[in-house]
Amino acid sequence: MSQSQIMPGFKPALGYTLVYLSLVVLIPLSTLIFKSLQLSWEDYLAIITHKRIVASFQVSFGSALVAAAVASFFGLIIAWVLVRYTFAGQKFFDALIDLPFALPTAVAGIVLATIFQPNGFLGKLLLDTFGIQVAFKPLGIVVALIFISIPFVVRTVQPVLQEFDTSMEEAAASMGASRLQIFSKIIFPNLFPALLTGFALSFARGVGEYGSVIFIAGNLPYVSEIVPLLIVTKLEQYDMEGATAIALTMLVISFALLLVINLLQHWVRKRSGQ
Amino acid sequence: MSIVLENISKNFGAFSALDRINLEIPEGELVALLGPSGCGKTTLLRIIAGLERPDAGKVLLSGEDKTDLDVRKRGIGFVFQHYALFRHMTVFDNVAFGLRVKPKSSRPNESVIADKVHALLNLVHLDWLHDRFPDQLSGGQRQRIALARALAVEPNVLLLDEPFGALDASVRKELRLWLRHLHNELNVTTIFVTHDQEEAMEVASQIVVLNRGKIEQKGSPTQIYDEPKNDFVSQFIGHTNVFHLEQDDSAWLKNSGIVLDDTDGITAHVRPHHIGVEKLDGNAASPITLTDWQHLGATIRLELSNEGFNGTAKVIYAEMPSDQFKQSRLKRGDKVSVFIRQAHWFNLEKPHAPEAATNFYL
Repeated sequence: MSQSQIMPGFKPALGYTLVYLSLVVLIPLSTLIFKSLQLSWEDYLAIITHKRIVASFQVSFGSALVAAAVASFFGLIIAWVLVRYTFAGQKFFDALIDLPFALPTAVAGIVLATIFQPNGFLGKLLLDTFGIQVAFKPLGIVVALIFISIPFVVRTVQPVLQEFDTSMEEAAASMGASRLQIFSKIIFPNLFPALLTGFALSFARGVGEYGSVIFIAGNLPYVSEIVPLLIVTKLEQYDMEGATAIALTMLVISFALLLVINLLQHWVRKRSGQ
Repeated sequence: MSIVLENISKNFGAFSALDRINLEIPEGELVALLGPSGCGKTTLLRIIAGLERPDAGKVLLSGEDKTDLDVRKRGIGFVFQHYALFRHMTVFDNVAFGLRVKPKSSRPNESVIADKVHALLNLVHLDWLHDRFPDQLSGGQRQRIALARALAVEPNVLLLDEPFGALDASVRKELRLWLRHLHNELNVTTIFVTHDQEEAMEVASQIVVLNRGKIEQKGSPTQIYDEPKNDFVSQFIGHTNVFHLEQDDSAWLKNSGIVLDDTDGITAHVRPHHIGVEKLDGNAASPITLTDWQHLGATIRLELSNEGFNGTAKVIYAEMPSDQFKQSRLKRGDKVSVFIRQAHWFNLEKPHAPEAATNFYL
């Protein structure tokens, strides 16, 4: 760092970053690890390979992945509409996007559960016409997760779309590319890294989400029970070791998945020369 | 492909960007659309390309009305001002794009595409960069890749929007000549937009001068320079001295070689190199003094101050070959005499009190 920089302050900034990371992230997380180290390997395996726990892991990660995928798809469309077109009430809809950020998640969960339960407004409609039950099923979890993760996708894709050089589209059109080709070969590849970030954020949020899910999920063991709920259950039973074992496992899986997504993103960026 | 524009008009809200433009461009020409910024030249180019629809008027390509034809089907090559290269693709993929998006029935196979792309990259002397990404190229290189990409689909017309605007001076000079030679080689009808009159003169075979959405003049660089149709063209192309008869000393204009009796206007435009300057000895009564001069290479620009008719100083610019300047031994502060060899007259009718002005001077 001997070369002169316009903005000085590398050392204090790095120091602050390390202190912050230690206090807020590393120390709490390492406590988690130390706590679970009190368990023997056999005990640990016994806890996390319990059928009910395995089922809840499948429910949690499965629904978070599905929800992140759906949110990415619809979030992209919403961002597209907000950036590319002008219409009455645009600012209003734009503000609406952030609402799931601000709303207490429990409120969202209760509202969703109310309208999607079998005799609720939308729930009855879906059950009568398509025979689909949303609330108290894994599908309900997915709905709740989509609700809370849409803003992550919209807010990551929107700025990239805003900055997008539309003359690239015109150039492609002048060379005879169809609208579909322009989207798939020009626009989408440029949005993909941002979309992937939105997906990762949605996924991470979805895995950890608790408040909105427990009201709509029904929390049936082996069917619609999520990992955070099991952790809370264990804690309520004063089973500290069990809770930390599950939490640690969840942490490791989440970290591994996010790492994979980041590597994928790195690869995408490198492949497109950025 | 020949291009005919009939009565093209385009408005953006209350602003009239183009006002009943009529223009014919024969096949194989290299045409410059020249004008100050905001004159509608880029809009006109985009209308020819099909990227913009005119509010009124027709675009005929090879004699057929193609006004409503989509840009995808016009068979044009468009080079954008900031090149619009696909950032996520290599140079090779950029150039191959137009060939790869063709419908299956007319799409060449990959080896034919590869041959063609390499041939085009060789044409622009950049084949060695084929696996780079646009962000890794210099401005001049991007410009040439954009051109190669536009040529890949074998367009009937090549349209370039401010092709050299974002380049530094030396690269710009080199690319201008290169574009002209490339045009001679390919002989495809080419239209480019520029605000730089030097660039238009140097590159184009025909220049269309636009101002405020109207065509002021169309012709070869020689015609535009030597016979400007109006005072806008005269001032926009090259440097010019403007003398308003009712303001300036007509007596010294007479002495300077201008015949005032049969002028066809009240504003005289005189090119700097049409003014001859001679040194007078110190005691001579001349209202004109050499105040400064600049070395422009082959010519010297002289800044003359004219203590005119009513004593108001006015700057006159003259140019002479630098050899002649050396021989004349002129220096700052010298009294000089001036001889105007040629002038263009404009503004036959002056809106404010034309009679008074004319009577006063003649």
